[in-house]
Amino acid sequence: MEVSGRDHQTRHHTLTMRLFDFNGGVKPDYQKEASTQTPIAVSPTPTFLVIPLHQSIGGTPRPLVSVDDRVLKGQRIGAADASISGDLSSAVHASTSGHVVAVEMRLMPHPSGLSALCVVIAPDGRDEWIERKPFDYRYHTRDETRDYLRDAGVVGLGGAVFPTHLKISSGKEDRLDTLIINGAECEPYITCDDALMKERADAIIQGVAILHDLLAAGQVLIGIEDNKPEAIAAMQAAVRARNPSDMEVIAVPTRYPAGGAKQLIRVLTGIEVPHGKRSTDYGVQCFNVGTAYAIHEAINLGQPLISRIVTVAGNVTTPRNYEVLVGTPMKTLLAQSQCLPDTDCLIMGGPMMGVALPSDEVPVVKATNCILAGSKKLFPPPPPEMPCIRCGECATACPADLQPFELYWFSRAKIFGKAQEYHLFDCIECGCCSYVCPSHIPLVDYYRFAKSEIWAHESEKESADKARDHYEFRQLREERETQERSARLAAKAATSRTAAMAVPETPATENIPVSATGSATPAALIAAALERARAQQVHPKNTTDLTPAQQAEIAAIEARRTEIRTQAHPHLPLDD
Amino acid sequence: MSNSPYLLKATSVQSVMLRVLLALLPGLVAYIWFFGTAIVVQIVLASLTALAAEALVLYLRGKPLALFLTDGSALVTAWLIALSFPPLAPWWLVVLATLTAIIVAKHLYGGLGQNPFNPAMVAFALMIVAYPQLMSRWPVPGAIDFATQWSIIFGPYANHALDAITMATPLDALRTALHSAGTLPSAPTTVVSALASNPAIGHLAGRGWEWIAAGYLVGGLWLMQQRIITWHLPTAFLATLFLLSGLASVIDPANFAGPLFHLFGGGAMLAAFFIVTDPVSAATTPCGKLIFAAGVALLTWVIRCFGAYPDGIAFAVLLMNIAVPLIDMATQPRVFGYKKTGDDVP
Repeated sequence: MEVSGRDHQTRHHTLTMRLFDFNGGVKPDYQKEASTQTPIAVSPTPTFLVIPLHQSIGGTPRPLVSVDDRVLKGQRIGAADASISGDLSSAVHASTSGHVVAVEMRLMPHPSGLSALCVVIAPDGRDEWIERKPFDYRYHTRDETRDYLRDAGVVGLGGAVFPTHLKISSGKEDRLDTLIINGAECEPYITCDDALMKERADAIIQGVAILHDLLAAGQVLIGIEDNKPEAIAAMQAAVRARNPSDMEVIAVPTRYPAGGAKQLIRVLTGIEVPHGKRSTDYGVQCFNVGTAYAIHEAINLGQPLISRIVTVAGNVTTPRNYEVLVGTPMKTLLAQSQCLPDTDCLIMGGPMMGVALPSDEVPVVKATNCILAGSKKLFPPPPPEMPCIRCGECATACPADLQPFELYWFSRAKIFGKAQEYHLFDCIECGCCSYVCPSHIPLVDYYRFAKSEIWAHESEKESADKARDHYEFRQLREERETQERSARLAAKAATSRTAAMAVPETPATENIPVSATGSATPAALIAAALERARAQQVHPKNTTDLTPAQQAEIAAIEARRTEIRTQAHPHLPLDD
Repeated sequence: MSNSPYLLKATSVQSVMLRVLLALLPGLVAYIWFFGTAIVVQIVLASLTALAAEALVLYLRGKPLALFLTDGSALVTAWLIALSFPPLAPWWLVVLATLTAIIVAKHLYGGLGQNPFNPAMVAFALMIVAYPQLMSRWPVPGAIDFATQWSIIFGPYANHALDAITMATPLDALRTALHSAGTLPSAPTTVVSALASNPAIGHLAGRGWEWIAAGYLVGGLWLMQQRIITWHLPTAFLATLFLLSGLASVIDPANFAGPLFHLFGGGAMLAAFFIVTDPVSAATTPCGKLIFAAGVALLTWVIRCFGAYPDGIAFAVLLMNIAVPLIDMATQPRVFGYKKTGDDVP
């Protein structure tokens, strides 16, 4: 269902916000009270900060520092490398001042126990900032602002860590109907956005105002689930204080996953953004409240994204929210809230979509909105899986209006074509289906399996295609080389022959030997053709006749790229 | 450690099945009230047989016994067989039917969740084809003491002794009256006269049976409130049966019974809330459920009015079960963000 721009206007002016609804969803036990009793605490600076270079969707930034370098708080230590990943990446910064003690592979907050290149910093305790200059975006072009946000490392803090600058279009032509600010925070246990809105509403609104300007948005709708009355009140007060004419804080009904971007857009505007489409195609763009706050800090205060609010909850003595430096080992943070002795797992994110952590040594990253300590009591292992009885509970709960049990049958039977036909890739993996399943089937796992199998198949096909192309090209090249070699030999023989038979007064400009019948000999024709080809051959620019300085620079770049590649993909051959 | 979600709703197949059994209780109480405790004997017989058959097949298939024996699905099948069979049927008939339902209709197709046909209805259809006489041994309300019932169920097959205490169901009686009326034009029998002359007819349908049906209705509404079944299947079934029988009785009141007679007679109420709602063998999409249940109702009414069997629910359900894959495929709901059903381009 789509709503025209005029409808938006009408609704806005009457100020009676008509909310829409999404199908499905569940109402789990929210468990948010425990961590909202106390204000945000500042997490202590750890002995070592482990800052992964890859913290956003996109390519791995290039390290700008090496061992023993002194870094300042807010200093860029990883730059989005356009030569490797294009624009799709975001910078990372030192979260405090200190010395780089290592640039090496470290364990990531990822269930697979994956390692990635990290800059390890030993803080010097002085917390010495770089020179912080506010960035007045009004005196810069949109592209300059985008580059600034990229270099300030601002990414989506709702969990997806999509680089924020990419959501600000470079052209001025498209105007946005509705800017949506997501403060719904629908996952159980997580309260970091709630805490931020309660305590720093004005800063968030300043960030929202910047986005409003940058995107030339018609209206701004700030959606917050109605189980956060204090946050709603604080945000409303902040909006009133700044008195923007077209900004509204709206309480949306509490139902997981109301905070999913697609669901929130649907609830606030009635627009459904399908899989594979950008919301901007529908005149809507959505940002998390934490992201708006980070934008305010980057633009108005000149501070890059080096910390975030993290909820520590679950099986801990004192659940609460912390302001945490990016790179802080989770162990340091958990020590503040004290895990109960029966804690048997750590989850990053909420209990519905979070990921199990391989260790408590992994660092807090920009994607870390919550660290949940689990125990057998809190999250009992699922009862034994029973066969699907097609009760349809999953279909009732699915916010994407899918038929999860059908997808389950297809995924299980590896009928992936059929699974895609039944819109497997529209699944947002919110976990509602698994949550309600009376047979305790880990449905989402089946979809993850099917998706990864399809991806693997696609990339296999791609690499097979590539290999075939390579092979065919090599064959072609070898064939051409053989031809050229024989042509060369023939030409050589021909010239020596003509030289022997040459008449001295033959003009130098026209030395093609002419046979008795008046036509050129074949060997000579070939020789002439080769000569023409040589003349036509274009030398690539900037590869020859370089100055020593340029050559040195190229060598340095090559060395750096090789180093990154060996560190990031040690198992890959260098020239792959 | 498994993957997300880590939070699971407190629900299970067992709790779903137990609540279905619970929802059958109001109807069962009415059953006992009007027809005595014979039905309890049949339920016990069917339940024990079902559990034994289930255990045997699970053992042969190497499946975990405790997990599947306690899921309650075999009990639901057993209860539905007992409640849809005549309460005075001989013991071996119910045992045979239950064995067929569990071993053939359920486990030969793959067990829980895999059977394309409703096991209880497979059993009913087979038995009514194989033993039509035994399947019409319906008692007169009240009158018979438990000892007699016991001896009928477990005693030797003595047809003559039964005539005094059993009778045709109202549906059967009506059919016989109308059919014989067709052959004897001198004594025109209408629905009204046939029903008025029959002592088994109560206010709405069969005496006693109408209250049992009311009990099923209460239990079914509770299942809906518990969100174990959705409104689609029962509503579509009852509404279609109501409309068809209502239309026919308005057009030709002499030959067609009215809607209330159809809804409260025979197994209509049991079917509406407990048989067409079997999730495994019914359609699953919202629209598909409406089509499936309406189809069952249509076939039921056609078989009741024009067929050779007193009640057509079992055949109607089985026929529609065959159509389920097609119905489900054709009625896939619109996916979030897509303009219409089955649209590949958003």
